[in-house]
Amino acid sequence: MLIRKPADIRPSEITSQSNYLNRRSFIKAGLAAGGGLIASPALSAVLPREPRAKLDDIRPSRFSTDETPTSYEDITTYNNFYEFGTGKDDPHRNARDFEPWPWTLDVEGHAEKTGAFHLEDFVKPYALEERIYRMRCVEAWSMVIPWVGIPLADVIKTLGPTSKAKYVAFRTLHDPKRMPGQRRRVLDWPYREGLTIAEAMHPLTILAVGVYDEVMPNQNGAPIRLVVPWKYGFKGIKSIVGIRFTERMPRTSWNMSAPHEYGFYANVNPNVDHPRWSQARERRIGSGLFASRQPTLMFNGYAEQVASLYEGLDLVRNY
Amino acid sequence: MTTIQRVRYIGKPLVFAACLVPALLVVGDLFEITGRLGANPVEEILDRFGNWGLRFMMIALAVTPLRVLTGYNWIGRFRRMLGLFAAFYVFVHFAVWLVLDQGVYLPGIVEDIVERPFITIGMIALLLLGAMAATSTAAMRRRLGTYWQRLHYGAYGAGILGVWHYWWQVKADILEPAIYAAILALLLGFRLWRRLMRPSLPTRRSAVPAAQTGS
Repeated sequence: MLIRKPADIRPSEITSQSNYLNRRSFIKAGLAAGGGLIASPALSAVLPREPRAKLDDIRPSRFSTDETPTSYEDITTYNNFYEFGTGKDDPHRNARDFEPWPWTLDVEGHAEKTGAFHLEDFVKPYALEERIYRMRCVEAWSMVIPWVGIPLADVIKTLGPTSKAKYVAFRTLHDPKRMPGQRRRVLDWPYREGLTIAEAMHPLTILAVGVYDEVMPNQNGAPIRLVVPWKYGFKGIKSIVGIRFTERMPRTSWNMSAPHEYGFYANVNPNVDHPRWSQARERRIGSGLFASRQPTLMFNGYAEQVASLYEGLDLVRNY
Repeated sequence: MTTIQRVRYIGKPLVFAACLVPALLVVGDLFEITGRLGANPVEEILDRFGNWGLRFMMIALAVTPLRVLTGYNWIGRFRRMLGLFAAFYVFVHFAVWLVLDQGVYLPGIVEDIVERPFITIGMIALLLLGAMAATSTAAMRRRLGTYWQRLHYGAYGAGILGVWHYWWQVKADILEPAIYAAILALLLGFRLWRRLMRPSLPTRRSAVPAAQTGS
């Protein structure tokens, strides 16, 4: 698949990236001269356990948008994370005492490497990247979020899916003691999501471990979550404990809850309305009381990169 | 002081002030004096006025059952004010949707009213409340005669449509609209039960002259 450069990248950013890489090699040379260190720390994702801890060695990405990011406060106080309550401000209050660590990820299904992984070991082989993405919620509001994460494709290549792996299914932690929202059966817990293997392998798809150069806040899906910027936000499953490679399309939570309203694909599409509200326009969070809604873009503005994934697919029927 | 005087000079001003509190809190939160409106202020204002519109509808519909069950007829004197406050909160809810949420973008507004059933029923409830508010004066009541009571049965319809309007837009957590539905069922069920038990009951409260209910 040909991945073209996104339309919204400024030439200045490409220059700054090369500067960044120069700086990186300079640091490496310095380290080698100073102590003769063996491993290259720049290529290793290290996740501190303290809340709001800084993440180090984050690379910029050509996939980032130059739109102004939404404020840290708005990103962390306006959340849909029903595991911590159904109100928008519930997660940031109810997830305050959530302690994610230690965190184990189960890899199951049609792959060479399966089993339980400590999250630290799981992410260590990869370099952290900053991905400033638009995030469009199915409720017709949007944000611009500077995620920090690793490309899911790199992880999948390491895990080695077999030819039977047509889909990747994800599962959120199910622990009503730690996630009070799960004490009520608002959804059929645990939360489940899924992607086709092609969607999961797409370079825009990431597993995010941070926001604004800091570790992932609990209310945003600590310690690791999925980000698929051309799909509605609910596809971005949070606090992932399970990854399964499957042959058949996995069941997904919102589709199970209201099948005629939420499909498996859930691609952002201004031309296909939600049965109860229009998807043509969106409210950008932080734009103020009198800002008007802005038009929603096909595939949330990532059509150039992802439209080819859906060639020949009826997007009205496969909503 | 007679009961009527107490209601008029103490009770009504106090209830009036109390009914304004939710609206004043929105203003206070807007300027971050009493609190905050959060990341999506338009949605927050919309939800607050919508919620209070529903609450005041329930409160206004509770007046008659309370009056009958307690035997305190003076309670009935607050019914019009409470109903008007329900209409006020619902109208502001509508205005916020029209101006702040939709930005008076006509194609979007027309499409929403025609194509989104929950907005269509919200609009019908709004029209019912508007008609009742406009005919709420004593003069209008006299002029309309028996039609007045028929028109003001619209309060039941507005209550049902209002709860339905709320229920229909919730994504998965139906707890809150279900609570409103339960309260409404209780309030309307009381009236049905009374009608079934005593079919000969006068339909209009005004059958009892207001002046005799005091002291």
